Amino acid sequence: MPLTREQLAQRLAKEVKPGSVVNLGIGIPTLVANYLAPDSGVFLQSENGLLGIGPFPNESEVDPDLINAGKQTITTISGSSFFSSADSFAMIRGGHIDLTILGAMQVDQNGNIANWMIPGKMVKGMGGAMDLVAGAKRVLVAMQQTDKEGHSKLLKKCDLPLTGQSCIHQVFTDHGVFKIENGEFVLIEHAPDLSVQEVLAATEGQCRVSPDVRPIPV
Amino acid sequence: MASVSKVYHSAAEALKGIDHNMTVLVGGFGLCGIPENLILALRDSKMKGLTCVSNNAGVDDWGLGLLLQTKQIKKMISSYVGENATFEKQYMNGELEVELTPQGTLAERLRAGGAGIPAFFTPTGYGTLVAEGKETRVFNGRNYVLEQAITGDFAFVKAWKGDAFGNLIYRKTARNFNPMVATAGKITIAEVEELVEVGELDPDQVHTPGVFVQRIIQGAHYQKRIEHKTTRNHN
Repeated sequence: MPLTREQLAQRLAKEVKPGSVVNLGIGIPTLVANYLAPDSGVFLQSENGLLGIGPFPNESEVDPDLINAGKQTITTISGSSFFSSADSFAMIRGGHIDLTILGAMQVDQNGNIANWMIPGKMVKGMGGAMDLVAGAKRVLVAMQQTDKEGHSKLLKKCDLPLTGQSCIHQVFTDHGVFKIENGEFVLIEHAPDLSVQEVLAATEGQCRVSPDVRPIPV
Repeated sequence: MASVSKVYHSAAEALKGIDHNMTVLVGGFGLCGIPENLILALRDSKMKGLTCVSNNAGVDDWGLGLLLQTKQIKKMISSYVGENATFEKQYMNGELEVELTPQGTLAERLRAGGAGIPAFFTPTGYGTLVAEGKETRVFNGRNYVLEQAITGDFAFVKAWKGDAFGNLIYRKTARNFNPMVATAGKITIAEVEELVEVGELDPDQVHTPGVFVQRIIQGAHYQKRIEHKTTRNHN
């Protein structure tokens, strides 16, 4: 069995260093917040103008002026700050965000990512994703290994319009954890219930197996 | 007090001089911090052929979605429009022109527009569709795309508190695009939840100085809709 979304989020939480400033995308990345230690000192950035996202509010705390980038109601933590969208993207583009974790439709072996449109089918827009991949110090992707039709999302070359070029450092899927090095994926961890061969079979792009490959601890 | 008052008594009155085919900048992120009274007045003005610059396009029945329903918008410049089925339909049919701009680039294009900067280089979007047809340049070994500033005939801003000179204070994440939008309009109209006398706001707390605001109204009514109400118990 591949990892559940929750197991994947739990694995990703280990990538978040104590005291770091992190922007989490919509979907699986958002779940990562649930697995951060309360005393980790991590500040989560919301691109609509908040540094220091807190938990979802109690009924009585719901405030229409306080939302995250997914337009959900939220709260703030102690030490948080509000700012404009221009300041928010000065943080993002200016290299002040330590880590971002984003969802994706496709990633390829050269570290390109596509996650904002399917020509003729879906147009939602890139939101802040193009700025995040251009400016965050470390850019990770969290996604399913395959799409709904079972096609690999780890490709030789993205065929959807790109969000960014050569910008992805690592890919975390329900099948495994991949580094991207010298134009190929490197499998460093695999889902404990899947063999390395099974993971490779679901990877279209060129993929090397690290000599230190190990099961994802869950 | 200023000799010519900036205070207007209704959103409709504040729209004086608006015309067909104008460019209107609109603050807000999703439905948070949107100038709801001014959007309603713009709908009622029946102006058509508008170019609207706003991070999002509202939802089907609120925010800028209202102006899509009435087909008053010819072109949208936005970063994310995924919450709006009317938008997607009109775009796919070719009824609506759309310029998708990365969110940070949009914020900076507005900031630049208000700050007298005609264009700037950004790393965002290099090597993507967004950079097509645009000048690129290498600085310190990295590729950048030239992006142009945005200004508007009108700019609509929503703030929490404002005074009769147009000084504005925003609240929490309802600030978002409003400060940049305020600077980039030929005529900037601010609507506020609470309009106070000049001198009542603490100068240290003012986010948008009144010089950027030409007209100000106290919003008649605020719905402040929530797109996704999410609570702790719920999860």
